[in-house]
Amino acid sequence: MGCTLLLAPVASANFIGPKAGGSPNANQISSLYHIILYIAAFVFVVVEGTLLYSVVKFRAKRVRHAAQIHGNTRLEVGWTVAAALILVAITVVTFVKLPSIITPPNSSAAISYQSASVNEPTPPNGKQLTICVTGRQFIWMYSYGAACDKHRWDAKLPYSYQQMVVPVHTTVVLVIQSIDVIHSWWVPALGGKVDAVPGYTTYTWFKALHTGLFHGQCAQLCGRQHAFMTAQVKVVAPGQYAAWLKQQGVAINAANDQVGTLRQMLTREGQL
Amino acid sequence: MPQVVTDTVFVPRRRLRWIDWVTTTDHKRIGIMYLVLTFVFFILGGVEALLMRVQLSVPSNTLLSGEHYNELLTMHGTTMVFLFVVPVMAGFGNYFVPLMIGARDMAFPRLNALSFWLLLFGGVVFYATLFWQPPEAGWWSYPPLSSIQFSPSGGQDAWIFLIHLTGISSLLGAINFYATIANMRAPGMSWGRLPLFVWAILVYAILLIIALPVVAAAVTMLLADRHFGTHFFDPVAHGSPVLWQHLFWFFGHPEVYIMVLPGFGIISEVIPVFSRKPIFGYKAVAASTAVIAFLATLVWAHHMFASPVPIVVLGFFMLSSFLIGIPTGVKIFNWIATLWRGSILPTTALYFCVGMIAIFTVGGITGIFLAVFPVDWQLNDTYFVVAHFHYTIFGGAIFPVFAGIYYWFPKMSGRFLNERLGKISFWLVFIGFNATFLVQHALGLSGMPRRIYTYEPNLGWSTYNLISTIGAFMLGVGVLVTIVNVARSLKVGAIAGPDPWKGNTLEWFTTSPPPPNNFDVIPRVRSLEPMRDIRRQIERQTGATQKTGGGERFLRA
Ligand SMILES: [Cu+2]
Repeated sequence: MGCTLLLAPVASANFIGPKAGGSPNANQISSLYHIILYIAAFVFVVVEGTLLYSVVKFRAKRVRHAAQIHGNTRLEVGWTVAAALILVAITVVTFVKLPSIITPPNSSAAISYQSASVNEPTPPNGKQLTICVTGRQFIWMYSYGAACDKHRWDAKLPYSYQQMVVPVHTTVVLVIQSIDVIHSWWVPALGGKVDAVPGYTTYTWFKALHTGLFHGQCAQLCGRQHAFMTAQVKVVAPGQYAAWLKQQGVAINAANDQVGTLRQMLTREGQL
Repeated sequence: MPQVVTDTVFVPRRRLRWIDWVTTTDHKRIGIMYLVLTFVFFILGGVEALLMRVQLSVPSNTLLSGEHYNELLTMHGTTMVFLFVVPVMAGFGNYFVPLMIGARDMAFPRLNALSFWLLLFGGVVFYATLFWQPPEAGWWSYPPLSSIQFSPSGGQDAWIFLIHLTGISSLLGAINFYATIANMRAPGMSWGRLPLFVWAILVYAILLIIALPVVAAAVTMLLADRHFGTHFFDPVAHGSPVLWQHLFWFFGHPEVYIMVLPGFGIISEVIPVFSRKPIFGYKAVAASTAVIAFLATLVWAHHMFASPVPIVVLGFFMLSSFLIGIPTGVKIFNWIATLWRGSILPTTALYFCVGMIAIFTVGGITGIFLAVFPVDWQLNDTYFVVAHFHYTIFGGAIFPVFAGIYYWFPKMSGRFLNERLGKISFWLVFIGFNATFLVQHALGLSGMPRRIYTYEPNLGWSTYNLISTIGAFMLGVGVLVTIVNVARSLKVGAIAGPDPWKGNTLEWFTTSPPPPNNFDVIPRVRSLEPMRDIRRQIERQTGATQKTGGGERFLRA
């Protein structure tokens, strides 16, 4: 019990592999990482072991006369080829795994969102939820729905800041931009990072495998409060998502109306 | 006969006054000034690193603000790259290239002095910003963050001038090294008999000549963007922030090899001497240096795997980065094969060489993870990368610098460094280094991005960060022990004599420290190891076996 409490702070820390478990692409990256890790561990043990052995074994105290060897062509060609073969193996594994990391799969939930752009990565059946992610110092903004690609700033689209809400088992395609400096979108358990570069649009996707909260944060130095540019992805059941979207729309409209009324009032009084 | 163990240190007729140092064109004095100046910057950069580690030691720390933290990370990176690692190699190169090739000075002695003074001015311009507003956009200074809109202070301009001044300094130095090595080698020293450290400095010079004009152009464009109304990198006017990344990393990746290749050169000199064996596969080691340099110009975009770059391009840069792993691996294998079946003298210099191989191997292996671009999407811009490049640069360049200090200090001063303090320093540095950076891999894997000035306690990063900070202080103490050792040994170190280690190369042919003209006679070089030949000849002619060169006698004490 006490031990559990003590270990609680490191509970979410990883020691030998990247975070995964939230989305198929994160899982595939993690499995690719682990394949390389096994090869790397082998190379590490062989090289460091030989090094340690030779400095312990061949001390001047034990070995009076050093063997005057200038080289060994067969040995040298051998280890060059061995190194090359290991790298060829890793290359093959990488390109075999690549499609499952970059191509989104079909949604498992029954949804009917459609794709809107030819540039986006798209699942085979074309059904996806598009969310536009906009980076700015020092907060992420999300606008929801296929139309966001063209009308990101349309006030009619539901939007939220910092916390993204998405339905579970649904393929979500992110359309990423920045309006000031370079940021980097990254929620480790939902896949790799992708930079938000002003003047460019970048894409990524995830398909949440279970409900819950996922932490992430901006990974590219973007100014003094870079450390606080966090992102949270809240994965909920599809029904809850629809309800949230509707409520968010109502709240946004109410706020817009309020601003509109205020503006009319101020204009009438000649203050604007 | 040259091989005589002296009992007194060569003392010049009068004490050197400051004016002798300021006006000198002697490559040895310039080399010493380079080493002293770069170590001052090394200490400054180290203090900056320790301040950052203190800030990160506990979560939600309020010691430093985001502003000050960003200034520190910019100062630390810039200092270590431009004011320490690159010029410290120029320091060793200056002192030892002419001696190793049997020349009496560099090809252009006055240009050599200019290189040094430009470096000093670059450092002064940069550190002067401490009194008003240091730059805070990181050592890559990615626009738009480094643009006038987001970094309005003059600190960013000071950074640009630092790049220019140290760039011109290194470029002049590089031309000088190239001219010296190409033209001033001792009779009989063909390219196949060139010491491996000299090979490394030659390739270092060529890489500097290739890479520096590109970064000079890039920072000039940035300066024009900031002050003269151009829009090279301004996305609002259809400029491209990605263009900067390409230009910067086209310089930045060769820069990595500019930093480590001379380190490889030092290792390749020290290991054979203390294994009492010739270097294993001389041709392979020399050739791999050249191959690494060539490939180093083809891998830059592996720093940009998360940037808007097409997948095909990512694939290309993954493969080119893999290719560079092969010659690097070859070097590691050759060093270990040189130790194999040697008769190893466990000096501090050799400890640092072995430590270098052990640590650099880890950096090389983590480099393979980062070269696989889908994996890099998880690891890029995290503490995993911070750990990786400290394993490669601290391991590949700074460990060899320490090996070089312990190996060559007797030549430069005529006295030994204290071996016991040296071993203490080694273990503190080695254990402290691994404590600092090994856990940073885990931090990156746990999702901690680099360059954040604080973090929440509930993210599971606190324990690793505390370990890392403790390790950093241990590392700092280890470095201090060597600095104290140097200061102390200048006065009280045991007398070394001209050839204390039974060296292989010509710097051991002259007195310690060498006279201003280096050599009264320059011997004809008949092999890769001219000093070995000379010792053999003496033994044949006098019938006396030289059991020690002085160094071994000292090591037993
Ligand atoms: Cu950001």
